[in-house]
Amino acid sequence: MAFIKSKDLVHEYIRRDEEGNVESIQTALDHVNLNIEPGQFISILGHNGSGKSTFAKHINALLTPSEGMILVDGMNTSDEEYTFSVRQAAGMVFQNPDNQIIASVVDEDVAFGPENIGIPTDQIIERVENALKMVGMYKYKSHSPNKLSGGQKQRVAIAGVMAMEPKCIILDEPTAMLDPDGRADVLRAVHELNKLKHITVILITHYMEEVVDSDYVYVMEKGKIFMEGKPREIFKDVEKLKEHSLDVPQVTLLAHELKKAGVPLSDCILTRQELVDELVKIKKGGQI
Amino acid sequence: MLRDITIGQYYPADSVLHSLDPRVKLFATLVFIITLFGANNIFLFAFVLVTLIGIIKLSHVPFSFMVRGLRAIVVLLVIAGLFNMFLTPGRELVRFGFLKITDVGLKNAVLMTSRMVLLIIGTSVMTLTTTPNQLTDGLEKSFGFLKKVGVSVHEIALMMSIALRFIPILVEETDKIMKAQMARGADFESGNIFQKAKNMVPLLVPLFVSAFRRANDLSYAMEARCYNGGEGRTKMRPLKYSSLDQRAYICIFTYIILFYAVKFVM
Amino acid sequence: MAANENVLIMDHVSYKYSPGTAYEVTALDDVSLTIKEGEFIGIIGHTGSGKSTLVQHLNGLMKATEGHVYFNGQDIYDKDYNMKNLRTQVGMVFQYPEHQLFETTVFEDVKFGPKNQGLSEEDQIKRAYEALELVKLPEEFFLASPFELSGGQKRRAAIAGVIAMKPSVLILDEPTAGLDPKGRDDVLSLISEMHEKRGDTVILVSHSMEDVANYVDRIIVMDTGKPVYDGTPSQVFANYKELEQMGLAAPAVTYVMNDLKDAGLDVATTATTVFEARDEILRMLNK
Repeated sequence: MAFIKSKDLVHEYIRRDEEGNVESIQTALDHVNLNIEPGQFISILGHNGSGKSTFAKHINALLTPSEGMILVDGMNTSDEEYTFSVRQAAGMVFQNPDNQIIASVVDEDVAFGPENIGIPTDQIIERVENALKMVGMYKYKSHSPNKLSGGQKQRVAIAGVMAMEPKCIILDEPTAMLDPDGRADVLRAVHELNKLKHITVILITHYMEEVVDSDYVYVMEKGKIFMEGKPREIFKDVEKLKEHSLDVPQVTLLAHELKKAGVPLSDCILTRQELVDELVKIKKGGQI
Repeated sequence: MLRDITIGQYYPADSVLHSLDPRVKLFATLVFIITLFGANNIFLFAFVLVTLIGIIKLSHVPFSFMVRGLRAIVVLLVIAGLFNMFLTPGRELVRFGFLKITDVGLKNAVLMTSRMVLLIIGTSVMTLTTTPNQLTDGLEKSFGFLKKVGVSVHEIALMMSIALRFIPILVEETDKIMKAQMARGADFESGNIFQKAKNMVPLLVPLFVSAFRRANDLSYAMEARCYNGGEGRTKMRPLKYSSLDQRAYICIFTYIILFYAVKFVM
Repeated sequence: MAANENVLIMDHVSYKYSPGTAYEVTALDDVSLTIKEGEFIGIIGHTGSGKSTLVQHLNGLMKATEGHVYFNGQDIYDKDYNMKNLRTQVGMVFQYPEHQLFETTVFEDVKFGPKNQGLSEEDQIKRAYEALELVKLPEEFFLASPFELSGGQKRRAAIAGVIAMKPSVLILDEPTAGLDPKGRDDVLSLISEMHEKRGDTVILVSHSMEDVANYVDRIIVMDTGKPVYDGTPSQVFANYKELEQMGLAAPAVTYVMNDLKDAGLDVATTATTVFEARDEILRMLNK
């Protein structure tokens, strides 16, 4: 059974004036349908304002649908009875590393979630230590978050979610404010959680190169899913991506440009190795 | 200058003081303050001072780190000291025009200033050895009885610990915005007090906007991690007295008895 | 002023936090640099490499603990040097500049700089108008509250706030941080267009090699408070292996070209953009 199932999900932000009359309605999600299987690594791409963050908040029951519905692990998020079970099953990491760390010491922050759901004391310590080890931040457990780099803070935030032992983790642009080092560390940690702990990962991002290794990609625009498929299928259509000013990884773009110039490369090249291998073959084979 | 404030900062180290229950430290600090202001002669004062030095040694926090907290309030100390020195009536020692220093004034000034210094060092020993969370836990537990009269002790304690977490962030932010506005020619130094207040607008508006944005983000993050008030919460490190705490209490009471014994004998 | 004259000179500049104490940290270590008029420079380094500290010395927001900084030949640490004037001449756009917006309207906010320069009301309006035109903010937003704009628009408005002072040197610290790819491309091409139109000196601080390679003509790589490489993009990226050790990555195409060469193909490895790489590979294939 699908872990997340959204059916005709609509979300409207309604602005009211002082008398409570509707001033404007902005449709952030417009009939979104998707199924996410457990254990998958899913990426959702899109510009700011494409609705991708609004969608993320629905998976965590921070927002509930205006129309349609979304089931998380079989639970309807509109049903208030399930709110906390949904949040525990699908944890969320946000963009700004500073604005999601509550405590002044790393391990106390990681403990915040388990404390909220009433885990007994001895188990909390174990969970906190395990979670910090998973993201490689164990040795910083008694540090102040203020002394950590952005990437380290973000990994602490991931540990904070993992300590609640969720089945799924949603990351809403977790790398947007990080430098390349921090970005690589965070992505490595997330991929490990997916591979070793079989956690379903939903990565929301606007960096194309971050989605290359995912199982499935959704591209959103104006509240709708406008492309979906395996990364290779998505990157095949470089022209379409460029038209919507989405980023294309340099290697894919170079392969695309070479193809346009008549070099017989295969349809979609994602990695450096693939491109180099094909070019060497072409040159040695003297096909041009 | 804002960076020098060490009050509320935690200094991670492995010491007896660090492992004490925060309630013990809160109580000890209270006792320290009472005896500090009750010390009315040089012997008692020396007694308090020696105890404090001993405690500082126990804390494994570098002394230089503690006095850094004083830098921020040096001006305040000097002003308080001068007021005491010049405005207390008594036997005249020296005279500069209409200002005179009296024996009582001089004594008061020295006593007042050293009391303030010790007060700040003493309380920062507590905050430096106690994480803000432990501190608020300690306060929450110590004042738990107020819950019965309708005070939201848990919420207040949580607000305090969040405030402590965000103080350094907002200090840094203030610094950044100030620089950004200075780069646009803003002037935060010259002018009279009204102009100065007006010149602060380009600093304060962005600072408030940012604080509200952070508060909004944080509330989402807390909700996402199943925060639902104090009901049904457990603790990773619930406060539990150990034998070490019992020994500490014995030390504190011994100190109180000694202090008042000396005070009444003298 | 003649073209290619040195606008900014850093002469053995060092900066230390808490000098003389146990907490002493060297943020800049004996840096000497010259920046010529009209140059478009990228300063690259990972977090903590000293790149932000470096640029804050150029407009006097930070004062070197040792060494001198000269702007148009004058030592900015001279006692009677007009620091306020320097800051309007060397404009600085900070990271997340939209966080400095404070006025009730975008237009008023952009006027803040010119107002501080002591210009007449008429000139302030003219400057603000020109600056907003330059950053291509649609006119309908001029009188809107800056807090109602989208992320990308806010950033343009904030950049306009610095441009309005007509600085001859423009420094931008991570101008694309937190923007989506479209916003990032828009801001970068805007900066490059403005550079062409105004002919000013532009210094772009970034940690993204690919961003910088497409636009600048000189790259300075900072590491542990020192400039370690200084040259054209292809000169600098030739050291891609060393850059990697500093936690920086050369553009992906640099790697592709080097891999091709290692595989025994006859290509030059100097390409730093996709189009240069394409042309070089085509040349090699057609030979």
